[in-house]
Amino acid sequence: MNSKFSFTTVIWREIWQRKSRLISGLLTITLGIAVIIGIESVTSVSKEVVKKKLDLLGANILVLPQATSVDDYYSADIDAPTFPEEYVERIATSMLPGVDNLSPKLSRRIKVSGYPIVLTGIMPSNELASKPIWQASGLMAADLKLACATSSNPSDTTRLDPSLKRATIDSLAATDVWVGSMVAERLKLATGGGVTLEGKKFKVAHVLPETGTVDDNRIFAHLHSVQQLLGTGSQTSAIEIMGCCSAISDGLLGKLRNILPDTRIITINSIVNTQIETNKLMSKVSLILLVIIVVVGSIAIGNYMWANVEERRKEIGTLITIGFTRGRIYRLFLTKSLILGLVGGTLGYVLGTLAAMVLGPQLAGLTISPIPIYLLWSLIVASTIALVGSWYPVYRAARLDPALIMQET
Amino acid sequence: MFTLENLTKIYQHRGEEVHALDKITMEIVQGSFVVVTGGSGSGKTTLLLTLGGIIHPTSGSLRVKGASLYDYSSNQLAAYRNRTVGFVLQTFNLVPYLTALENVMIPMLLNRDLEEEPQNRAANLLDQLGLSSRQHFLPRELSIGQQQRVAIARALANDPDVILADEPTGNLDPKLSLEILRILKDLNQKESRTIIMVTHSPAAVEFGTKTFRLDQGRLVA
Repeated sequence: MNSKFSFTTVIWREIWQRKSRLISGLLTITLGIAVIIGIESVTSVSKEVVKKKLDLLGANILVLPQATSVDDYYSADIDAPTFPEEYVERIATSMLPGVDNLSPKLSRRIKVSGYPIVLTGIMPSNELASKPIWQASGLMAADLKLACATSSNPSDTTRLDPSLKRATIDSLAATDVWVGSMVAERLKLATGGGVTLEGKKFKVAHVLPETGTVDDNRIFAHLHSVQQLLGTGSQTSAIEIMGCCSAISDGLLGKLRNILPDTRIITINSIVNTQIETNKLMSKVSLILLVIIVVVGSIAIGNYMWANVEERRKEIGTLITIGFTRGRIYRLFLTKSLILGLVGGTLGYVLGTLAAMVLGPQLAGLTISPIPIYLLWSLIVASTIALVGSWYPVYRAARLDPALIMQET
Repeated sequence: MFTLENLTKIYQHRGEEVHALDKITMEIVQGSFVVVTGGSGSGKTTLLLTLGGIIHPTSGSLRVKGASLYDYSSNQLAAYRNRTVGFVLQTFNLVPYLTALENVMIPMLLNRDLEEEPQNRAANLLDQLGLSSRQHFLPRELSIGQQQRVAIARALANDPDVILADEPTGNLDPKLSLEILRILKDLNQKESRTIIMVTHSPAAVEFGTKTFRLDQGRLVA
């Protein structure tokens, strides 16, 4: 061991010979980082969950023909002028970030058994994803969800009150319809039954839950079936888009208007504003927590390093007498701080992640996975805190009068 | 070896000037055993640390073998402390977490010109001072006299011309004091090293070849 005696040996000896202080110092750094990582892991997942729940409120952007009058978002597409269905492909192939769940519609008022309803043609999401032109441009359904990261897992949607969610229909046969609750009640329609629309028979595939909107008075059929039934050709009267709220605030509407200049693009302000404000609030809360913990952690670690340097003042004086320069003394002490920072950062990351993974599901119902990038952040934050915390006491000690230090007993 | 001319060190203490050294002029010949005496606060330790390249004088000049010591850069001064002089202090000042052998090897870490293998040299020094069986002991595992002998071995690590000893027997009983003084005397007589020892012990004065007395920073004898 002695044959390889070096400055590194001196650092390690100091660390290991003072085990109790080592443990207390490491514990301070580890706990500080663990708290930061634990809270950040939970906050990060919470933000995603909140974002997903907000996105599940449904489509928040509506593309309409220019001449449409807009009094009510939910009925703006009814009997509106039309534009070509090809507009859907234009949006999809533009690959705008923040565009999710495109849903083209064609709506007309018709009468069924003398009762006025709104017949709405929709494009089921599985067909949107399989359109040849989208495949040719490398787009798949998953690509459309990149920006918002809204899960396609149906189980995610079960957390939301169904009445708040505007249905996204995954698949719909050409002869199937989905029926709004009010229509089903008035026409006494039930799942598995039949209904005749404009002389053509359809099967009721599903009765939708009550939403309190005009959707309750709609019958949804395949867009192409409705186009054929109404003789409109490949026209739609609206495209609903689930736009990622942060992308909307980053100017998504303007970009959409550039792609489709002859359309009218509107948003549901209440939903969008809620989404934006909630996400902003989550970000602020997360930042405030991070700042508080980093400051408190820095003070705790700095306090430990300060005590360590103060305790070694005499040693510093001795090292100066045997020829150490101040620069070498800095290196000796700061290398130790760096080692403690790196070890404490790693342990803190592991501890904080484990705590979040164990406590997250129990206390907040959140499933938390390790976030590898946080390891890098832990190492950077812990090392920085340890270096900053020890820099000033070392600086101060290295500049003290060695005569005074050496005369201390 | 050392030529001091009007060497003055003034401290500021609570707004007032304190003359730790007041126009000291002296010559210290190479190979001498100089004893510096004086009461507390007389400036003995300040003089020793000034000779050791640690405390910069306020005015005057200090030449070592003809070169002005405080015209050295900080790195040159560090090298001077590492190779030309060796310190022996009253409180030993051993690094507590290093063994006796490692304490002796520390100054050698900074000396790339050392011809001898550091571990062998440190072991030989400890052997010469009767500590061959204590090489791997930590300072707290050594007696006070043994700790001071390790400190002397450390001072000799880089084979310096000068040993600067600040009250080396201040914490020792008379028997141990005599033992340490004999070691220093041997280093002076057998190895021709210059010894400059600060002490308030009358017994220690007898070991010197030259004695200076300081009083309130002034050289009085």
